[in-house]
This record gives sequence, structure tokens and C-alpha cells, in this order.
Amino acid sequence: MSRQGTRLDPKKVNSELFTLTYGALVSQLMKDYENVEEVNKQLERMGYNIGIRLIEDFLARTSSGRCYDFRDTAEKIQLGFRTFLGITPSISNWNPSGDEFSLIIDNNPLTEFVELPDHCLNLKYSNILTGVIRGACEMVQMEVSSWFVQDQLKGDNVTELRIKFIKRLEDAIPAGED
Amino acid sequence: MSGNRGMVDEVLFEFLHAELVSYILDNSKESKKGDVTTLEYIGFSSGYRMIERLTKEWPRFKDELETMKFICTDFWSSIYKKQIDNLRTNHQGVYVLHENSFRFLTRISSGRQYLETAPKFVAFTCGLIRGALANLGLDCTVTAEVQQMPACKFHIQVQKN
Repeated sequence: MSRQGTRLDPKKVNSELFTLTYGALVSQLMKDYENVEEVNKQLERMGYNIGIRLIEDFLARTSSGRCYDFRDTAEKIQLGFRTFLGITPSISNWNPSGDEFSLIIDNNPLTEFVELPDHCLNLKYSNILTGVIRGACEMVQMEVSSWFVQDQLKGDNVTELRIKFIKRLEDAIPAGED
Repeated sequence: MSGNRGMVDEVLFEFLHAELVSYILDNSKESKKGDVTTLEYIGFSSGYRMIERLTKEWPRFKDELETMKFICTDFWSSIYKKQIDNLRTNHQGVYVLHENSFRFLTRISSGRQYLETAPKFVAFTCGLIRGALANLGLDCTVTAEVQQMPACKFHIQVQKN
């Protein structure tokens, strides 16, 4: 007979492991680099590497087609958060020209169990997300940039991720073909 | 919203693990290049912290074997979506966990190709097991052996003191 205990919820555990592993990664980076800016940059770079691969998974799973406009893109990014992180950030604060918006995240799974010590004020703890978004968009021919405007770890009420459309990347034409 | 919590997709964990491996082995300081110790340590600290949250509602394990069974069944299936395929022990502190298709190896190869890269992809998990057992009161050495991907054997040696 197997003993009695609460069965573990696989999804839950997996998510906690993800959060804790990410935490261990960030603390390793803090050890490796003296400079917090370097850590932010490294996290973004890793996110980028994840993003360029994650987009394939996203497209295969959601069978979404091309985006009509940037509003459409915003919704797909939101869907991405739902698919992969299990959260649905809200889309808001569009700028008048419609090429910049914010994602409002009120329960960032990356920062569960996290508190920033005082000397880490410049650390963008969840900076991996900006890289993921940049990498994923680049694979569908869009150059975007994103940055955190508000962060719950720094005492704000919500975490706000600002995303800006920069330009469309054109298909490179192979040499000898017009 | 809180109902949605705890649903991070497994593919993210897989990609994060891949980045972790490539960062630790390629980008860390010169002196540490190619060294899986750091990777193992990151696994250790994740496993150590995780087990605390996992087992808070569990009754105490009555012996070593039972602890090991917990690792092979519940712990493993929470992380890798399956149980360990086979557990063997000599009843003197040595346990061998057979995994016929180890998650981080399945997409790499199903044979001997890339065999030399296998240690990179199992170090984190060795640490994870060691960390989990450490927090359950068992001081161990965990090593992995890969002869043919994606199968993998984890050897656990419990330190007697």
C-alpha cells in the first residue's frame, strides 16, 4: 500500500521549480558580474534566446496567423503570457499613434518568493521577459523594444511592461532573385 | 486571478534549463568554463528550497527507502511528468534510479550521437535530487550515467555518519 499524503499537483510544482530555478540563475549572475547593468543585459540576452525558440511553440500551438496591426500583436503577446506563464496581463496605456502599449501584470510568477535587497535597486529582476518578447517578435519580422516602467519588487502596485514597435523587418531577398 | 497561479508551461522550464546550461558552461568566468559543478549547485539550491514547500503537508517519512520512493514517484512526476521507471537498491545506502527516457535528453538524440554532451544536461537534475534529499535529512552523493540517450541512470549514495 502506498502511504497517504496529499498528491502533489504537477503543474503547481513545476511552476514553483521554474520560479526557484530562475531565482538561482539570477543569484548566480549577481555573483558572476560585479555590475547590475551587466546582469540586466545578460538576462535580456537569455530571454532573447528563449524567445526565438518559444515563438515556434507558440505558433504551432495556437495556430495564429500574421498580425494585422500592432493591436493584434498586443493581444497575441497577451495570449503568449496566458499560454506559457498562466497569467493574463491586461493591455493598456496605448499611445496616440498606436505603436506603444503597456502590459499590466499583477501576479508575476517569476517574482513569487522574491524580495530585493537594498543594494539591488537597479536590478531588473524579470528582465528575461523583455528579451523573450524581443526574440519572439523578431522571428515574425517585427522589431520591438520593451522595458519595465513599474515593478512590484520596487514597491509599485503592479508590474508594468512597456512595449514599443520599432519597425517591420523585411524578408531578405536571396541573391540573384528579384 | 489567483486561480491561475502555478501553471507555468513546462516548455518554459525546458528552455530556461537549456539557457542555464549554456550560460554556465560557456559564458561564466574563464576559470569555471566547462565545469558542471556550478550547474549542479544551482540544481541543489532549487531542489533544497522546493522540497520544503512540497512536503509541508506530508507526514514524516518513516525510513530512507520511503524517502527514496517519494523522490521516484511524486517528486519526479511533478517535475518530469512521469515516475522513475525503475528503482534499485542494495539496502546499504546505494540507490540506482533508472530513467528510460529522461526529459532533457529526449529531444537531443535517441542513440549514441551527442553522447559527450550528456553530462551537461544531467548535472542540474543530479543537484536537484541531492538538494531534495539533503532537506529531507539525507546527505548524499548523486551522479548520473548515460550510456545511450535518452536513457539515464542516477546513482545515489547515502553518506553514513
